Amino acid sequence: MSFPPNIDAAPILECRHLSVCYDSRAGSVPAVVDFNLTLERGEAHGLVGESGCGKSTIALAIMRHLGRSGRIAGGQILFQGRDILAMSAEELRRTRGAAIAMVYQEPMASLNPSMTVGEQLVEVPMFHDGCTRPEAQTRARTMLERVHMTDGERIMRAYPHQISGGQQQRIVIAMALLSHPRLLLLDEPTTALDVTVEAGIVDLIREISAELGTSMLYISHNLGLVRAICDRITVMYAGEAVEVGVVSRVFGAMRHPYTLGLIASMPVPTADKTSRRLEPIPGQPPTPRDRPPGCGFGPRCAYFVPGRCDQETVPLRDLGGTEGEGLRGDHDLAAHDLAAHDLALRLHASRCLRIAEIPWNAPPMSTPAPASPPAGEVVLAVEHLVKRYHKVQANDALTFDARRGETVAIVGESGCGKSTLARILMGLTPATSGSVRFRSLELSRLPVTRRSTKTLRGLQMIFQNPFDTLNPSHTVGWQIARVIRKFGVEREEPRVGARVRELLDLVRLPHEIAGRRPRQLSGGQKQRIGVARAFAGNPALVVADEPVSALDVSVQAAVIDLLMDIQRRHGTTLLFISHDLSVVRHLADRIIVMYLGQIMEQGRTLEVFAPPYHPYTEALLAAVPIADPRISKRAVLLKGEIPSASSPPLGCRFSTRCSYRIAGTCDTRAPPVQEFSAGHRVACHLPREQLLAMRPVFEETTT
Amino acid sequence: MISLLALIWSPLLAYVMFGPALGTAAPYVLLPAIPSVIVLYVMAVRRWRESGVAVLGVTLVCFWLLMAVSAPYLPLHDPDKPILPLMLPGSIAHGMRFLLGTDMRGRDILSRTLWGSQRILVWGITATSVAYAVGGACGLIGGYLGGWWDEMMSFAANVLLSFPVMVLFILVLNLLGQSGFNIIIAVTCSSAPVIMRIVRGLTLEARSRDYIQAAQTRGEHPLWIMLVELLPNVRGPIIVDSCLRLGYTTAAITTLTFLGLGLQPPDPDWGLMIKEAASTAVLWKYSYMVIAPALALSSLILGFNLIADGLREMSLRD
Repeated sequence: MSFPPNIDAAPILECRHLSVCYDSRAGSVPAVVDFNLTLERGEAHGLVGESGCGKSTIALAIMRHLGRSGRIAGGQILFQGRDILAMSAEELRRTRGAAIAMVYQEPMASLNPSMTVGEQLVEVPMFHDGCTRPEAQTRARTMLERVHMTDGERIMRAYPHQISGGQQQRIVIAMALLSHPRLLLLDEPTTALDVTVEAGIVDLIREISAELGTSMLYISHNLGLVRAICDRITVMYAGEAVEVGVVSRVFGAMRHPYTLGLIASMPVPTADKTSRRLEPIPGQPPTPRDRPPGCGFGPRCAYFVPGRCDQETVPLRDLGGTEGEGLRGDHDLAAHDLAAHDLALRLHASRCLRIAEIPWNAPPMSTPAPASPPAGEVVLAVEHLVKRYHKVQANDALTFDARRGETVAIVGESGCGKSTLARILMGLTPATSGSVRFRSLELSRLPVTRRSTKTLRGLQMIFQNPFDTLNPSHTVGWQIARVIRKFGVEREEPRVGARVRELLDLVRLPHEIAGRRPRQLSGGQKQRIGVARAFAGNPALVVADEPVSALDVSVQAAVIDLLMDIQRRHGTTLLFISHDLSVVRHLADRIIVMYLGQIMEQGRTLEVFAPPYHPYTEALLAAVPIADPRISKRAVLLKGEIPSASSPPLGCRFSTRCSYRIAGTCDTRAPPVQEFSAGHRVACHLPREQLLAMRPVFEETTT
Repeated sequence: MISLLALIWSPLLAYVMFGPALGTAAPYVLLPAIPSVIVLYVMAVRRWRESGVAVLGVTLVCFWLLMAVSAPYLPLHDPDKPILPLMLPGSIAHGMRFLLGTDMRGRDILSRTLWGSQRILVWGITATSVAYAVGGACGLIGGYLGGWWDEMMSFAANVLLSFPVMVLFILVLNLLGQSGFNIIIAVTCSSAPVIMRIVRGLTLEARSRDYIQAAQTRGEHPLWIMLVELLPNVRGPIIVDSCLRLGYTTAAITTLTFLGLGLQPPDPDWGLMIKEAASTAVLWKYSYMVIAPALALSSLILGFNLIADGLREMSLRD
């Protein structure tokens, strides 16, 4: 391969005025517009934005994997100074595997299910470096240690489906690293993983960039993760980079209303619904087809000035040293200035016309939310609930209650049994033993088919996946009307229609949406319909199974606010199942922390988020990625993987991963439940004094 | 759309199956079907105009549909009346013109080919529909209810699938006697298990969706869930498959009549025509007797297959 002489001086990756289009029947649609990026050796650059903002398209363009409809419409991509767009197919193939490696969101999609992990790892050095098999095996083993897979021999012999999602992603990263790439593209590598597993992968990625000096482009929708991993960040919106800069500058002194809006719409683990409402960004991101003129964010921006922001394309402006001074648009820069210009962009730049006019340091728009009414009588009482599927104990001795108007959050990672609990409550599967009393009616073994209409309408559910929650074959209005008729809320046709419109008002959607089919709706809109459907019969209890986890941050905030408002108005009890502690902190009155089918800790939100913690709660809290620079958090080490639910550990189920484990006690006897204040219970062997002496995970530093 | 199909279908069915019973009213029964076919064709072409393949397919199928419903009104010779044997295509005798010639019994081949489309379409489409009704119902029940129902249905399907198709046909027709209705049973026995498996697979995939759980948690009856919530969502692949299966069934029925099973002479039928002509047509001169029904058959099957291709192509596009 022939490289230009300045190979070592050239940055690893440079994108210059990159534009990408997708061709469709309706014409060419721009997905990325005028994108600039300089990635130096050993640097980690974050690319954040909501779905559809073009961040994955950039990664695909760099790999030249745009498919048949995608096309690079303009600009250059330089890899170590060489134009990727000008490479021959053979050069490209060599570069892709060896010099640029990519890690995708879904690890199982990157691994061959019919080959053992070992074979797949060994292939890489054999193919790229021409190693012999034993040599390649040694390298693979060393690499497994590097990605902290302690049980290397067993893993090498396992097939991908025999190891957990977190392990699979580690293997994918190991495979990527085995070819000694100069550039690692990571596309949402932890989105499909649990929080504590995610925290482990994030640590690993940080370590790699520090030790191996691999340059990284890290794509994520999670600002907190990018803050933890990257040196610099590009915030994308509607195909454009709206803010670029060093992480500390962008998070500490953001200068684009979209970034500001993103932060304001994210729940933080130190504030709850009574101290601050989430501020959703109004509206939806534009589709690439109908990008507004001027500033792409204009229609959703609080600082929008008609006649100014909607005129010409807004250039990315350098914020340089002193803010508001010497603003330069990149269009007045001549081509030979590009290098100097890039250097300037490295510190901080924003695509906003009103940088100098917006009061950036005004306190975050915090409207205090109206106080929730005090919790009323007990609506749901669960006692010693047990559910076994053959050998798997999905729920073990769950005891808790939920009162009228209260939000009780059930938190835990996958496999903790929170969805099983929801299924038992809804009557989709019977409990093995124990009792579930809903308004003094025993439900634990009453299947949904035998429940009265009154019970059915009193106990409804909101589902997780917005793309799955509505039947694609029927109109939205038809689906809501069906619930109204089924529950006997209204029977005559005009009144059913009126009630449908009433419910659409309740979830703040326009009436004409009733005639649309689900595929014509955005994710947030679908989830609102899901909420409307659940509230059609004025239920006393709503089980919400991760209702916002699949939504973008700005949309998520709106749905959460909506849920809280409806709940406040109707005094509904909300059982909110989630893995996201920030969200839970924001909206829950009480929290139940579950691990492998058992309750580890329960109590009022403030009590759970402050010491004394159960060690698992502590680890969960420490795994939450934080975007707000005013909050500092303590690292907590969590060992190993979640054990299989079919053979849970003896004694305390968390004992295999707990860093406080008392050998001989924790792994033999079930932990006692210690009560710290009324309702705050921790199931742990640790002495009371030790639990009380724990330090908080989060600390708010006032700037 | 559905009423259009009914307008075409019920007269044709009545005419072919119960033609003699209708007596003098028989010729008028098919009248409303002719404009319906034309409207159907225009609608289909409009809807599928992006796919050239589908348009070609629908043109072929609608041509034969039109021939089937308008055969009694076309200026054709009586298909069953022997006139003059072994007339070559285009020849004129007794002041009559035989565009495609006559067969060895002296019957007009053009007339027999056009009339023959009636039987093949009626029996082919009816048999496929029945197979779909049975297979679809079993698939929905097995896939949605699961458990004992699924075991039973799958077992029955596996037993039926273990027979080679032709053996199954011959077995059924010999056991039950040879008639059009028994052809339907035979086709159902061979196709329904496959359809059941397709529908079952699609149902299994769809039943884990949240909207099905939502329907369950509001206490919907399983029958409602299967028919209203599930069926519309599994119909896409089914429609594609049904077009393929129509072609397949058409070929199977023709094969059966060719073998002398199922539909019996003297009614005009493509399989019969090929069979009867087979011995004579070894002479190159008389090969026209086979070519007309064979081309007719292939164009109809091609039409069904092209529609299936076009539909699949369109479903992949968006």
